[in-house]
Amino acid sequence: MFKPTFARSLVLALSLAAAAVTAQAEPEQYFPLQSYRVGPYAAGGTGFFGGFIDYMQYVNANGGVNGVKLTWSECETEYVVEKGVECYERLKKGLNGAPAAATNPLSVGIAYATLDRSTADKLPLITINHGRTDSTDGSVFPYAFPLQLNPYSEVSAIVNYIGKQAGGLDKLKGQKIVTLYHGSPYGKETIPVLDLLAKKYGFTVEHVEVPHPGNEQQSQWLNIRRAKPDWVILRGWGVMNPVALKTAQKVGFPANRIIGNIWSNSEDDAAPAGAAAKGFISITTHPSGTEFPVLKGIKKQVVDAGKGNLADPKRFGSVYYNLGVVNGILNIEALRIAQDKFGKKPLSGEQVRWGFENLKLDDARLKSLGALGLVQPLKLSCADHEGGGAVRFQQWDGQKWSVISDWVQADRALLRPIIEESARKYAKEKGITPRDCGKEG
Amino acid sequence: MLYNEAGQFSISYAGERRLFRLRQDRRALALLLAFAFVIVPFVGNDYWFSAILIPFLVLSLAGLGLNLLTGYAGQLSLGSAAFMAVGAFAAYNFGLRLPGLPLLACLFLGGVTAALVAVVFGLPSLRIKGFYLIVSTLAAQFFVSWALTKFGWFSNDNASGVISAPPLTIFGVDFSAPVGRYLLTLSVVAALFWLGKNLVRSELGRNWMAVRDMDTAAAVIGIPLLKTKLLAFALSGFFLGIAGSLWAFTYLGTVEPHGFDLNRSFQVLFIIILSGLGSILGNFLGAAFMVLFPLLLSNLAGALPVGLIDPGQLENLQKFIFGALIIAFLIKEPEGLARLWQRFRERVRLWPLRY
Repeated sequence: MFKPTFARSLVLALSLAAAAVTAQAEPEQYFPLQSYRVGPYAAGGTGFFGGFIDYMQYVNANGGVNGVKLTWSECETEYVVEKGVECYERLKKGLNGAPAAATNPLSVGIAYATLDRSTADKLPLITINHGRTDSTDGSVFPYAFPLQLNPYSEVSAIVNYIGKQAGGLDKLKGQKIVTLYHGSPYGKETIPVLDLLAKKYGFTVEHVEVPHPGNEQQSQWLNIRRAKPDWVILRGWGVMNPVALKTAQKVGFPANRIIGNIWSNSEDDAAPAGAAAKGFISITTHPSGTEFPVLKGIKKQVVDAGKGNLADPKRFGSVYYNLGVVNGILNIEALRIAQDKFGKKPLSGEQVRWGFENLKLDDARLKSLGALGLVQPLKLSCADHEGGGAVRFQQWDGQKWSVISDWVQADRALLRPIIEESARKYAKEKGITPRDCGKEG
Repeated sequence: MLYNEAGQFSISYAGERRLFRLRQDRRALALLLAFAFVIVPFVGNDYWFSAILIPFLVLSLAGLGLNLLTGYAGQLSLGSAAFMAVGAFAAYNFGLRLPGLPLLACLFLGGVTAALVAVVFGLPSLRIKGFYLIVSTLAAQFFVSWALTKFGWFSNDNASGVISAPPLTIFGVDFSAPVGRYLLTLSVVAALFWLGKNLVRSELGRNWMAVRDMDTAAAVIGIPLLKTKLLAFALSGFFLGIAGSLWAFTYLGTVEPHGFDLNRSFQVLFIIILSGLGSILGNFLGAAFMVLFPLLLSNLAGALPVGLIDPGQLENLQKFIFGALIIAFLIKEPEGLARLWQRFRERVRLWPLRY
């Protein structure tokens, strides 16, 4: 059993090494990957980085980005901040002469710890769907990009959806919403925004905390049943999500009145709850599924060719995997846009940042990428590093997610002043003079 | 030959009681300091400063903090990370609430705050000992991280509960580049180690050791247990608090309460167990082992051909090797790395002419 595998890996390794040597002459762009494949969050890490790597292989199989091949290497962080910092420092210089384009840690802690370093090293820090909310303001955070969705937009979009279900935002008056949140900074982050929205639209909101890790929620759900809310927003994490769904069923709260947030939306959150999860709604920035042309392409050219990165092929097309693909699309598109300006060669982090700040994906471009409906239309600028702020809603039918809504936008105009105020506070604390975005080209 | 002390006589009490009595030790130390302060900043690169040297120095300091309490005064504690967190958050708040307060003063006040908190959680040590005391310091661990998450004031109402380092300037000199952060950390750590080394040689240090070895006997000969134990907690808290602020400011640049969890306490505890309880030099050896060894394994693994072993399995394999090495090492030398060094010194003092 062991021997053939070993021999095969050895052959593979040698051929890869040989390929690396011959590929030396070709121009390459490098992506340092602070991945995590072991530890408590391995499900997210293997899925996300699997999708990201597979997409890069797919791009390479089709000639790279304007002839520039993509290359990457992994450094295991186990989601531990210190290891992430070490990996960042180890990989930031590039690989064999290929310059690093951007870092994508998929961990709030690591993103925070490398924020200052990224700015000093002029290397974009991509925190897709997570990260500091106020880094949306690119004038204070020139190198941080919370692409697609920051936590404030997330709750705002959920409230807009609830308003739509009620038949208009004005009908929200008198409704009752409970948020069940993970007892961590991540879980608490959106409390002030929900309070603000409640005041604006006249609904009542109640915040219920679940201590980490969230294995025990009996009393919280009994309280929720007593409060009889119209909706429960679940801001969960890891094991907390299936436990919430199971406990809700126990106390008789309907699953189709629970809306999971962006980290309560994967197959790994719903499936363990079994029948209790049937009807559970959650938001997503990208639907799961394998029917998008880009995923079909990956399947054909990468997975079926035996080069797929996922250890478990069944997870192809899952929420985490598709997030990795989406992340790959956004990174590579930024690179492509930057190449239009700086030339079709490997670019420095600073140049790739320009690409991110000028990232623009409309339906026509998404269609040609084969990702229409998978990625939301997105337009970034110097001042706006988020760009999208839209989500779709999906419902769990007991086996898989199916999308039940079109893109629902967050009320970004309402959130912008709060974000700017927070960014200004940060700038004052750190002695940063914000850029003047009016002058940026 | 190397350690031949022939001809080195102390002709005054001051000479007899100096920090390093042997000329060789003094020279080695001076060379080492010169190397660390002058040569390393020129030859090191960002990776060495940011990922290896700074965490190594800070963890050595944290090890010293716990060593004062556990190794010298014999009070077991699992609350090290909590005191580090108090130090970090307090230093941050002093800097924030009192604009214009110099960075070093913030660090110092952060250490003092951590010392006060440590004294509060050290109070049970007057009644209970050993494993029972561990439980009370464990309470500090949970209480502190709960309080820092619960009350937004501590993190200046940051939505995610994290704090970020203030600008690292001292007397107008900017220390925020990797080499500057290294030099800042090195200076603080060197000063505190000098203080620590003197502390354990002082009357207080001797009282600690008496309490550690048998507190009833210590009380009988007139050592005030209350004061001695609480001072051990206070000084340990002070050292840990400063280590915590350095961890947040010069190493990570940011930290959330969760960054100082029980695992960090265990890490510090492992350092002093590996290094040898009741040793000053050992803290460096232990921290070096804890920081460098996993990195060495991980970098060695990076040299393996790609695809030979799955990256996830590789990480588990490294843990396995690291754990096995610790066990093997502790069986061979239960008194730690410092003891190995001591034995080596004793040998070379007699070399080449043994009795």
